[in-house]
Amino acid sequence: EDADSQRTAFLLRKQWSLYSVTPLYRFSEAHLRDYSRLLSAFIAAEKKKGLAVEIGGELDIKVAVTSLPDLKGSDRDQAAILVQLSSRSSASPKNSEEKLVWSGWFCCVAGDELSENLPEAFTCLPLFLVNGAESYTAIVGTWFQKTFDCCFRRLSLSPFNLSWMAAMWTGCKVEKPASATELVFSVPRLPHPLHISYAINLEDAQALWDTVQKTPGEITQEEVDVFMDCLYSHFYRHFKIHLSATKLVKVSTAVASAHCDGIIKFRQSQYLTGVLMLLTELAICQIQ
Amino acid sequence: MQRSHSFKTPKRPLQSRDTNQTDLSAWRKKGRTDPEKSVQDQSPNDQKNDNEQDSLKQAFCYFEEVQDRVSLKNSILQKHLTTVESIALQRGLPPEGFNVLLNVALSGKFADTVNTRLLKSLVPASVIPEDSVVSSVSWLCVSKCSGNVQLLFLKWLITVFDFIDHKEQLHALYGFFFSFLQDEKMCPFVCHLLYLLTRKENVKPFRVRRLLDLQAKMGTQSYLQALLSLYKLFCPELVTITLPGKMKAYFRNPEGPWKAAINTVRQRNQENSQVSRPLFLGTSQPQSRKRKWNTQISIPASSTNKNNLEEDREKKRVDLYSTNESFPVEQLQNFSQLLQNIHRLEFPSQMGSVLTNPLLLHYMNCFKDESVDLRLYYWMDQTLQQECTWCVADNSQYEEEFKNFLETVYKTECFLQEGFSSCEEFLYKSLPLWDGFCCRSQILRFVSWIPLRSCSEIKSHLYDPLAQLFLTSSLYFKCSVLESLKELLQNWLNCHVTHLDSESDSEVNSSNTTLSGLVNVVAELIHFVGWISTVALRLESNHTFLLHFILDFYETVCDMYLRYNLPLLIMPPPGVFYAVLLGMDSVNLNQLCYIMYRYRTNLVTAKENELSKKKILQFKFSNQTYQEYNRYITAMVGCLWTSSAFQKDIHPQGISMDDELLKKTAVPDFKTSFNIVCHPAMMSYAFFYLQQAWPDNTTVDFSLIKGKEWNRYLEYLYLQGLKGLKVFIESSVNRISQASHSKSGNV
Repeated sequence: EDADSQRTAFLLRKQWSLYSVTPLYRFSEAHLRDYSRLLSAFIAAEKKKGLAVEIGGELDIKVAVTSLPDLKGSDRDQAAILVQLSSRSSASPKNSEEKLVWSGWFCCVAGDELSENLPEAFTCLPLFLVNGAESYTAIVGTWFQKTFDCCFRRLSLSPFNLSWMAAMWTGCKVEKPASATELVFSVPRLPHPLHISYAINLEDAQALWDTVQKTPGEITQEEVDVFMDCLYSHFYRHFKIHLSATKLVKVSTAVASAHCDGIIKFRQSQYLTGVLMLLTELAICQIQ
Repeated sequence: MQRSHSFKTPKRPLQSRDTNQTDLSAWRKKGRTDPEKSVQDQSPNDQKNDNEQDSLKQAFCYFEEVQDRVSLKNSILQKHLTTVESIALQRGLPPEGFNVLLNVALSGKFADTVNTRLLKSLVPASVIPEDSVVSSVSWLCVSKCSGNVQLLFLKWLITVFDFIDHKEQLHALYGFFFSFLQDEKMCPFVCHLLYLLTRKENVKPFRVRRLLDLQAKMGTQSYLQALLSLYKLFCPELVTITLPGKMKAYFRNPEGPWKAAINTVRQRNQENSQVSRPLFLGTSQPQSRKRKWNTQISIPASSTNKNNLEEDREKKRVDLYSTNESFPVEQLQNFSQLLQNIHRLEFPSQMGSVLTNPLLLHYMNCFKDESVDLRLYYWMDQTLQQECTWCVADNSQYEEEFKNFLETVYKTECFLQEGFSSCEEFLYKSLPLWDGFCCRSQILRFVSWIPLRSCSEIKSHLYDPLAQLFLTSSLYFKCSVLESLKELLQNWLNCHVTHLDSESDSEVNSSNTTLSGLVNVVAELIHFVGWISTVALRLESNHTFLLHFILDFYETVCDMYLRYNLPLLIMPPPGVFYAVLLGMDSVNLNQLCYIMYRYRTNLVTAKENELSKKKILQFKFSNQTYQEYNRYITAMVGCLWTSSAFQKDIHPQGISMDDELLKKTAVPDFKTSFNIVCHPAMMSYAFFYLQQAWPDNTTVDFSLIKGKEWNRYLEYLYLQGLKGLKVFIESSVNRISQASHSKSGNV
């Protein structure tokens, strides 16, 4: 498991923007190297705007499309696909000092609900995570859309989903001394944006959750509601502010942090697939 | 005034009244069709268009025939020049204009100012015929025109390169263009043009040498280097010099007046017709606004699926996805090509592009494939959800664009005669949030293409949200909803009929609907319309216009058994029936008569079929339907014929009343207040009839119409176009109350 976590360690502590992707048509894992070649030519062509580009030639941006076989829930899931763009430093092209400028990965953790009924020509990788400049996201996304006839859509996280994450991730046991659970609320209908940050000591949050949760390993909507209501009433007692009237915009825990705009940061490799499973479910929800 | 169409032209079930529906000739993609003609729905502007067309034609004739050098101040020349300029900038020039104008401009007949103005107005509305470009190159070779005009022509050619319909002959002129390189002024532009034209076979050692010579003479120029680098790309062994790897811009933008004009024209044409837009324009949509890369409605252009990997082919020799002979969709231009290549055609890389390509829609129609449908489904589903202007917060500024998209999708549904499930789901998701105003006609048209399914949750998804909007919106909204529900019913019935037809020859029934399920769904729709109609009539106090739309719906309902072979007949609710029967409007009353006549024909046929028992009937109409019909017919006959509206009416919600009670109202002659003479809807006819029959009579005495006069009056009514009344009386009255005929004549 250590080797596993090392291989996915680079995914941690980075901000990833979330997208949902409809099934890829005629995508084949056997052709990843060709995809790298074609995609890098496409990027070069996009940047040169109409001038001829040689496929496979030496280009400014190097593209690597690889597979991340560790990132899946079950054998029925398609292995995750990682796309990395790195630039060669133009000062010394021979030195091949490469710098990672953009990365994005497609994944599917326990996405049976979607993949089950799909014809063979489709590959189900409904969740796409991106770190890097939007301009590259646009080019790579466009290429995938053109090549595999799929659609990308930003995956935003509703307050409802965020409160689920708050409850679920609080319940996860983390070994190291971890940071506090923090919830950020925004107050609507004000001339100036007002954010309320509500930090709860990890032990306190866990203790509260333990009293709320009835059967370990199982979470119900009712439990999530009770957990949040407890936090809200505690806050009200001290500050006389009804948090239930505001909008939950960010949840930050020792496991991961999530923002309503669809941005996520993973903190613990042991819970990586768990978080991805939830995100996969949300992505599938958006495309079905 | 009278609705006579339903009698003159018997509607066939599959006959489409919609102009959007399958018409091969209209969909043929002709590269050279006049773009003006492909612009649809422009009737108010037709006149203006015609005038402009004429003056443009005259201008072309003038320029074609003009022989000698004409003075610049010539008023005729000025007039035609202005015509060409203004039309070109507004809507672009039709393909046939380019030959004429290029010939004039490059032949040196006129002064340079005229030539320049002509060249500047060469804005294509659709395509530029290759011939015209070829002949202008020949003019260039004889150098009749000045250097400035030559330069301007080259700049124009570079700008409009993508608009030239074919390029084969142009490629054949590669050597000519290459020879122009020696002109120092033209060199940069010729290089740019060659860059656009060069193919691998054009790269020859002598050309490389020539370019290197030029470079030695003129120094390192970016345009020469660009061409050289392209040559090197094609044939690295021929170009051995090292070229700088990075270059900011190889070519200066050929600054010309055309780009802006082309964009304006393109946008204009796009607005006017989404679907008939020439294909090649689809490759680059105007991207004036800044939006996120993935959130923009752009229907992709059809392009061949390039997802075939060359390496793969070399390795395996067999490529599953593409055989070598597959026909590229880009080349598909007309219907005969489609027929010839249908076996080796492949769907484009992005299925969304079929929306703007009617030929591919034809192909899709005969090539049913699950993954094709799925790809289209996902694309449309995501686009609709993402671009919906009332479901997504920041989208409201793009309403026009979304409207166009919905329109295009709707036209596709009409073309395929089939609703998309993505549109259905979109409706269900977005209707609860809809204000009933944004993109109204498009959304309501979507309703009419909801697919027919036997087990549907259509009530909670469609009827409930629709009823909320319906009951709280204006009269016109109510009418439009009724109209689209009528179309929905017709589409369902058509779908049912076609399935009946195809059931015999196809072993797989594609729609998993059972007849009873189907009957239930249709009945549910009719009951829903009956309910909202009743409520709406009360809300709008029996508005004539609303009644008209309601009756239109029932005109389809009353004929379902005979015309669509569906064993279901549902009578209109009393709220609708009595509103028409006792209303003030003769048009609606006439239509009700026709509808009741059709109900009768359907019911009689059903009864006959039932009695003869030719085939075992799975369904038969319940006695309730017959009873309902009989009660209505009694009320109608009482109301129109026997003057016994208050006595004979046996409907629980009817107008049966005691004589005692009626006497208390103190209305004189209440008995005769309802018959074809005195009925409020008919009284004006009776009045005019009396005036005609007794011109000298100053007092109006309706009681004069009786006996033979009654029959003559009837003939008069029929002549006035009350055909519905005619078929009703001929079918229902004479049989039911032959005896009462003479009696009623005595009233």
